Amino acid sequence: MTDIVGKRFWFFVAAGAVILFCIISLGHFGLKSGIELSSGSLLTVSFEQPVSEADLNQELADLGYGGAIVQHTGEGDFIIRTSELSDQAKDQLEAGLAARFGEVSEAEFYSVSPMVASETTRNAGIAIAVAAVGILLYITWAFRKMPKPFRYGACAIIALGHDVLVALGIFAVLGGILGWEINLMFITGILAVVGYSVNNTVVVFDRIRENLIRGVSSDFETVVNRSLVETLSRSLNTSLTTLFVVLALLFFVGSSIQNFAVVLLIGIVAGTFSSVCIAPNLLVVWEKGGWRHLFKRTSKAATSPDAL
Amino acid sequence: MARRNRLPFVIIAIIFVLSILVVVPLDRGVLGGKGVQLGLDLKGGTHLVYQADFSSIEPGTEAEALTGAIAVIEKRVNALGVSEPVIQKLGEDRIVVELAGISDIEKAKSLIGQTALLEFGELVEDDEEARWVDELGKWKPVTAVVDGEELELSSRYFKENTYVSQNDFGQVVLAFEWNEIGSQMFEEITQRLLNQPLGIFLGDEPLRGEDGRSIAPIIQSVISDRGIIEGLSLTEASELSRLLNAGRIPVPLTPIYEQTVSPILGSDFVDMSLMAGIIGLILVIIFMIVYYRFPGALASAALMFYVFCVLAIFKLVPVTLTLAGIGGFVLSIGMAVDANVLIFERMKEELRLGRTLGAAIESGFNRAWPAIRDSNITTFIVCAILYWLGSSIIASTPVMGFAITLAIGVAVSMFSAVVVTRTFLRIFAGTRLAQKVALFSVYSGRKND
Repeated sequence: MTDIVGKRFWFFVAAGAVILFCIISLGHFGLKSGIELSSGSLLTVSFEQPVSEADLNQELADLGYGGAIVQHTGEGDFIIRTSELSDQAKDQLEAGLAARFGEVSEAEFYSVSPMVASETTRNAGIAIAVAAVGILLYITWAFRKMPKPFRYGACAIIALGHDVLVALGIFAVLGGILGWEINLMFITGILAVVGYSVNNTVVVFDRIRENLIRGVSSDFETVVNRSLVETLSRSLNTSLTTLFVVLALLFFVGSSIQNFAVVLLIGIVAGTFSSVCIAPNLLVVWEKGGWRHLFKRTSKAATSPDAL
Repeated sequence: MARRNRLPFVIIAIIFVLSILVVVPLDRGVLGGKGVQLGLDLKGGTHLVYQADFSSIEPGTEAEALTGAIAVIEKRVNALGVSEPVIQKLGEDRIVVELAGISDIEKAKSLIGQTALLEFGELVEDDEEARWVDELGKWKPVTAVVDGEELELSSRYFKENTYVSQNDFGQVVLAFEWNEIGSQMFEEITQRLLNQPLGIFLGDEPLRGEDGRSIAPIIQSVISDRGIIEGLSLTEASELSRLLNAGRIPVPLTPIYEQTVSPILGSDFVDMSLMAGIIGLILVIIFMIVYYRFPGALASAALMFYVFCVLAIFKLVPVTLTLAGIGGFVLSIGMAVDANVLIFERMKEELRLGRTLGAAIESGFNRAWPAIRDSNITTFIVCAILYWLGSSIIASTPVMGFAITLAIGVAVSMFSAVVVTRTFLRIFAGTRLAQKVALFSVYSGRKND
């Protein structure tokens, strides 16, 4: 039988390295927040005549929007990000642009006041915290018949922390290099990943519970390893089917739900890894006498007579 | 077909056929009548959130004021002819307005934002007292004392029956009547200000006529019950009359959130996400059949059942589909096979242990059930939290839509795996084909590695 638990040292090292990378990239790049989380206005306009980005920037500065960020999205299409625009200010801005560059039409307008932005940021934090506590309580309750059910909940939450951190870290890099912003759909994606990843973890834990009750082995490590191997193809297959559809979303819809699809993509990969390689192994470490032996390798699993 | 399988099979078949009838075609539907409801990001339109400022009204009447404001906005928007506008209270002090696919959003916004309060002024010298300034001079609100209380004259005291008419010279006039308090005030004021101009103001601006000049008629006689405003163009007079009759929004509203999407952008996304859904579905089906062989084919049939059933629910509830909501649905297609995968893996284990197919199916389902149940509950917890997050601040339809579609998807997928796939497998177990265990990608005699 494949020995996953025995290799936990390497899994922890790999996870540690990825997390370290993510923390460094978060520290280095930080996260770029979109207007939903930091307020402002996004105006999508298209000009009849060709307009260069430099000219547009110059004209915006002349109109008093020196801080505006311009993004060229197509032929004569631009997205202009400014601080929050009132209706009058927007009309004046459009009139100013029309006077300089000719016919201009507004495709989209998106405006978020500072009050809404700060409340959104606050509630997103609350939502993630409530999700974490809710899942911790639920798993502890679902495994209440096991000895020390809290450990199952705690290990699942640690695995989730890994997934979220990886998604944040990669988005910090994407933000730093490609200018990707985090928005409400990003938060939605993060929460979806939380649900998805914990779903995987519960399936593995559930098998551990069943095998413990059936008494397949007296050695906890062996039980966990056996449960992992038994659920491995299920874990991988479900992740694969979910990856297929997320990739389809990414390639066929793209643009406006790109952030969302990429968060899911990262989350599914990280979530599968953490459900298989982190959460159950943490459970073993905890059972084996605490965190002092986190990285201590035991050769027992490999030579155990219980291992088939 | 064994007898105990007959009823579930018939029920499944009926649900499936009904679902298809509800779903096809997507934009109409034979049953249920309506097409799939698309969110503003897909069909274009505007999503506005207003913050009410309660500082000017008596404490305890906030809820009433908000309800009043919604009623007024409804009247104004309806006058504009927008189809199925959504105007709702959001929390304690906000109003969300959704207008679908309208061409003249600026117009709608200006109508919603209007306080629609006509105020009247008299000329003053003193800068301190002045509230309005125009080419005629400085104005302060004109007041009268009623029952010992000093009140400012405004359209608050109009009856809601203003109308547009013509005077003897064929000019357009806006005619109004004062209510009881208004009559007392106007009588007192016209006595006091006889032969002086009476300024008329809308918000911060003087009411201007067709010629662009401030409208400030000279009071020529003592009047109590009624009045007319001359000099407006026909359009302006009609609009003002409509606004005044719709009533006044009782509290100031500030726009705090706006999202406007053009219908052209949205329609592309419908096709693209439909394409993504179909491609995703095909990939999942290919994978399931290649990996799980015959049961994979059965699971794919169950997946088709799932897709139509969920779409039918979307249409019947109805669930407003946004891009994120469709994303949630497409995602759930990938996740929907999870319960099947759990069950098939269990069945394979049982078959390898040498169980008969019938026994393997039953024990596969029974033993996979706790995992299916426990793992999906966490998804429901997350959906509930997401729904709260979406609804709490700006009634964000994408976030709420995603939460709803994912929750419906997970619920139907549990049903489809546990009931539909199981029934299919049970029926199959009774046939001769079932002797070929290789169909299950398990080879007889193979040892548990």
